[in-house]
Amino acid sequence: MIIGLGHYLFVASVLFTFGVLGIFLNRKNVIVILMCVELMLLAVNINLVAFSVFQGNVVGQIFAMLVLTVAAAEAAIGLAILVVYFRNRGTVEVEDINAMKG
Amino acid sequence: MPIGLESWTLARPEIFLAAVTALLLLYGVLRGETSAAFVSVATTVALLVTAVLIFTPYREGTAFSSLFIVDRLTATMKVLMLIGAAITIPMSRAYFERVKVWRFEYPIVVSLAALGMMLMISANDLMSLYVGLELQSLSLYVIAAFQRDSIRSTEAGIKYFVLGSVASGMLLFGASLIYGFCGGTAFVQISRALLEGKAGEIGVIVGLVFVVAGLAFKIAAVPFHMWTPDVYEGSPTPVTAFFAVAPKIAALSLTISVLMGPFKPLFPQWQQIIVVVSVLSMALGAFAALRQPNIKRLMAYSSIGNVGYILLGVAAGSEKGIQSVVFYLGIYLVMTLGSFAVILLMKRRDMMVEQVNDLAGLGRTHPMLAFAMMVFMFSLAGIPPLAGFWAKLYVFMAAIEAKLFWPAVLGVLASVVASYYYLRIVKVMYFDEPAEALDASAFGVNRAIAFVAAVIVAAFSLAPQPLSLVAAAAAKGLFP
Repeated sequence: MIIGLGHYLFVASVLFTFGVLGIFLNRKNVIVILMCVELMLLAVNINLVAFSVFQGNVVGQIFAMLVLTVAAAEAAIGLAILVVYFRNRGTVEVEDINAMKG
Repeated sequence: MPIGLESWTLARPEIFLAAVTALLLLYGVLRGETSAAFVSVATTVALLVTAVLIFTPYREGTAFSSLFIVDRLTATMKVLMLIGAAITIPMSRAYFERVKVWRFEYPIVVSLAALGMMLMISANDLMSLYVGLELQSLSLYVIAAFQRDSIRSTEAGIKYFVLGSVASGMLLFGASLIYGFCGGTAFVQISRALLEGKAGEIGVIVGLVFVVAGLAFKIAAVPFHMWTPDVYEGSPTPVTAFFAVAPKIAALSLTISVLMGPFKPLFPQWQQIIVVVSVLSMALGAFAALRQPNIKRLMAYSSIGNVGYILLGVAAGSEKGIQSVVFYLGIYLVMTLGSFAVILLMKRRDMMVEQVNDLAGLGRTHPMLAFAMMVFMFSLAGIPPLAGFWAKLYVFMAAIEAKLFWPAVLGVLASVVASYYYLRIVKVMYFDEPAEALDASAFGVNRAIAFVAAVIVAAFSLAPQPLSLVAAAAAKGLFP
């Protein structure tokens, strides 16, 4: 069997869906949400690199590098906010994040 | 391809702001805690100088292998955004001093956010769009959680971060599909590919939907508004004032340049989405705030409603529509900053209060302040002859010229419903039994901003031409 563009796109969309579902269905821990966000971004990277290879066009790989860099910054800031929150509240359970309704 | 001097001169305002921010950060780190006052004044000045640099002399064109574009529309939006960002910095001092987080990092992060917004307003490629958007978003997550010993502020930061990252992820997923099916990330390449018949491909449509969803999140339009009330309520009040103004202008400008630029060939497809989003936002902004006791939450719903009206102008897709959007944003900037200046003055026994009922009897205890707030509320409700009336009138006229009759009618109805809660604030101020009076404060920045904004809003009908000329010139940038 030849592995074509469609297979890569399928894997990427499955990963992306897992990421989104993980964020919205997860009721346990905010750290898991951060991991799900990374999963979404990595799914996008698979998309970008697969398109780039199959089109013989290097833009997608450059874009993937930028996404990796931004994902690192995003994880750093997310964890920093989480640490500050933990100091105030003493927990990072999703169900306890309810000082404001909604 | 080498990058010529032309590119660097075109990006001069951005380079200036980045350099000044870096220097001020260095200064703040070396001087320590005592530098907050200087850094905040210097940042305000730097933001205003950046706004001046955009127009002296004004140059347009594309730079850095067309990653970056400057035209009349982006230049105008940048100036509006920079004015909003610059004014919210001095507004914040009194508040942050009271809660003991008056630190030099705040103006620095605001300035970085402003830089990100300038980059995203000027984006001409999906890559520069993403990088600018993330620079802005990451800075905003930090300042939402800036009052770091407060549970509410840090919780607002977490909620904003999680939902904002999801939105960025969706936007990025859409961008990757569009790149794949159009064969490039530059806006010109995308619109060329769409005109050459890629428009019908399912991948492009799915990509467009994902990108619009990500953008709708950033401007807080229904159905991606769920973060707004919590983040507006939890963040420190001056940060809420900033959120209500600068990021809104930047994200709306980005929405316009994406939809009217590369996706112009898909106009019939995205017009349906934007009309639905706009009508839902207007309705939610009107109904959800009716029983809202917290004034910051009320302003959050009000901003969702305002985005709905603005999107109606975008949905028109015409030169008139874009003109009405710029016009609306200019007036929205003044009304919102004024309202937040009043909200920042609400304190009792040296504690900040933020319930609508705390305003009871303000008409007797602080007549000037109550009058200013009344002007803003009447204007937000869209009552002539105040500025907010003209803003809504322009948007609805543009929508009707574009044959969007039903959305315009629904918009007028929503604005009637919304006027209930604006007028309730006026009623509480003038007709309710006074609660314990709010603290009298000396004449400060917030008082000055409230009065200047009230005068502008009240006297706007005498001279509406300058703003409408600016808006017309800006809209020309998209329709050469």
